[in-house]
Amino acid sequence: MRPEMTAIAPGTLPKASPRGSAARARMLRGLLPALSLALVLIAIAWLNPRAISYFGFNLMLNLAIPIALATIAQMFVIAGNELDLSIGTFVGFVGCVTATWLRDAPLIGILVLIGSIGVYALLGALIHLRNLPSIVVTLGMSFVWQGLAILILPKPGGKAPDWLLSIMSFKPPYVPFPILAALLIAAVVHFGLMRTSYGVILRGSGGNAAALRRAGWSLLKTKIVLFALTGLFGVLSGMALIGITTSADANIGNGYTLLSIAGVILGGGEFVGGRVSPIGAVIGALTLALAASPLLTFMHIPPDWQVAANGAILIIVLAARVLISRRER
Amino acid sequence: MTSVRTLLEKPWIWSFVGAVVVWLATIGFTGGYGAGGMVTAALSLAVFTVIVGVGQMFVITLGPGNVDLSLPANIGLASAVAMKVMGGSDAMILVGLLAALACGAAIGGINYLLIWALRIPPIIATLSASFIIQSIDISYGRGLQIKPPPGFADFTNWQVLGIPVLAMLTVIFTIGAALALQRMIYGRSVLAIGQNIRAAWLAGVHVGRIRFLTYTLCGALGGIDGALLAGYFRGANVDIGNEYLLASIAVVVIGGTSVAGGKANVPGVWGAGLFLVLLLTMLNTFGVSAGVRLVLTGLIIVGVITAAGGEKAVR
Repeated sequence: MRPEMTAIAPGTLPKASPRGSAARARMLRGLLPALSLALVLIAIAWLNPRAISYFGFNLMLNLAIPIALATIAQMFVIAGNELDLSIGTFVGFVGCVTATWLRDAPLIGILVLIGSIGVYALLGALIHLRNLPSIVVTLGMSFVWQGLAILILPKPGGKAPDWLLSIMSFKPPYVPFPILAALLIAAVVHFGLMRTSYGVILRGSGGNAAALRRAGWSLLKTKIVLFALTGLFGVLSGMALIGITTSADANIGNGYTLLSIAGVILGGGEFVGGRVSPIGAVIGALTLALAASPLLTFMHIPPDWQVAANGAILIIVLAARVLISRRER
Repeated sequence: MTSVRTLLEKPWIWSFVGAVVVWLATIGFTGGYGAGGMVTAALSLAVFTVIVGVGQMFVITLGPGNVDLSLPANIGLASAVAMKVMGGSDAMILVGLLAALACGAAIGGINYLLIWALRIPPIIATLSASFIIQSIDISYGRGLQIKPPPGFADFTNWQVLGIPVLAMLTVIFTIGAALALQRMIYGRSVLAIGQNIRAAWLAGVHVGRIRFLTYTLCGALGGIDGALLAGYFRGANVDIGNEYLLASIAVVVIGGTSVAGGKANVPGVWGAGLFLVLLLTMLNTFGVSAGVRLVLTGLIIVGVITAAGGEKAVR
């Protein structure tokens, strides 16, 4: 299976195919992230019809924006066959900077955040030049970000800048803000990664690095760009999170590492081969955000078992995907 | 000279060098005070990382993407199971240990079942499983601190001439693991699968059976680790295994095992385990704050892995 055949976003699948059933199965697979989101929404609507409203969505999808941004961040490294185990603590670090320096000394705050994106770019270069396993490097960095976050904000507190608060509490007519934001994020990243020629090169670095190198592209540059994009979206995620929670805590982002990986995979991404889908990743993040607490609260699942229900939902969705992909072969 | 050079070429030597450097830096700071005690403490704490590290090493050696993220939840549940079965009575120690072992092995087996039946990447399978195990642990343990039997607590803290008995037993266990890896069909099969799963399958390796055994082994080691931790720290609790997710992966890789699979290194797990524990002791001795300690730990891990370098690219 060639990457260029499968790295196509859901909804834009090739029409003509030698085998009709294989094409159907592939389309079904592409639609699966959307189907699982629909399933979760139907379950919520059935359990509590009042939740399906403007205010209901605003409440339920409250934390979906930072989760979606973190998932997109993770998707960029996964597109290059790497994994970022530090994105959660990085989001926490950005949150602490946002709630302190970005409010009190905006210039320093902005410089620190840009610098942290630079650190991500350097990590990409280091991983490529020394041929290091990204899992370990980012594992080490997760300690660094967490430590820096604790140094900046030893106790939970701080306050988000006013402009950020007003952006995140924006109430557009008819469509709830989180949905609007999710559409915007998905559209922008989809265009950048799936529809531009350099986006193809970036995905190609995960699909077939040797071929790209022989064609004269710099793998060092693709890795730096992918990691810098991860840093950029990590910064956006941390800022969005603080815009919603209004104050920060050094541990605020810790759960995002695993959420973001799960979101990418739920959205149809694969760990190797540059096979990722920005639209799928955003949908995966929304599914996780909805499945995480609103659904479970409506189902009256006791708090003890909510984590287990999360795991079970992940397993069920992935099992459905396997049933469909088996037909694809 | 040649022997020195061959020693330097061993991938595990750097973790031991790191451990010694950190130890020297610490006793240099204290003026030699507590040098021996530090080694004793490091040995007794490193044991727990080494046991799960060896399990994680076998899993990681199976090839890219293979990793067990359910270890912390597994350790937590097994510690509760062991303490409940022992029920504070010395007569039940062996039964409790077996129960923890069975509990961990069952978790490992289920992990592989998820990977095999649902064809999901091990990272996601073990992650989902760990969510479920965590819930079981919370509702089973009910947040109670269950005390170990006095005999078991004494055993896990027992020292002979300043060397923890548990550390000696773990050394014997790791020698066994190294032999299994290099000299037994099982270990050779694990390495073969990690190098090229398709070639291994064509060569007649029972790929499915070996992977199942490896995940079960890793789970069982997590289970026994949970029981020992509960004995050493005199009580089981849900969070007892939390730090072993990162630690188990870190010791494997710092110890010179390839994350791309197919190349494992048992002595390195010991070196890296001691290195991590000594590093923490050193930073505590220097009296740095929690934030600085985390930053330095992270930078040192990145520094060590950069200095040791990755393998040269194939092709």
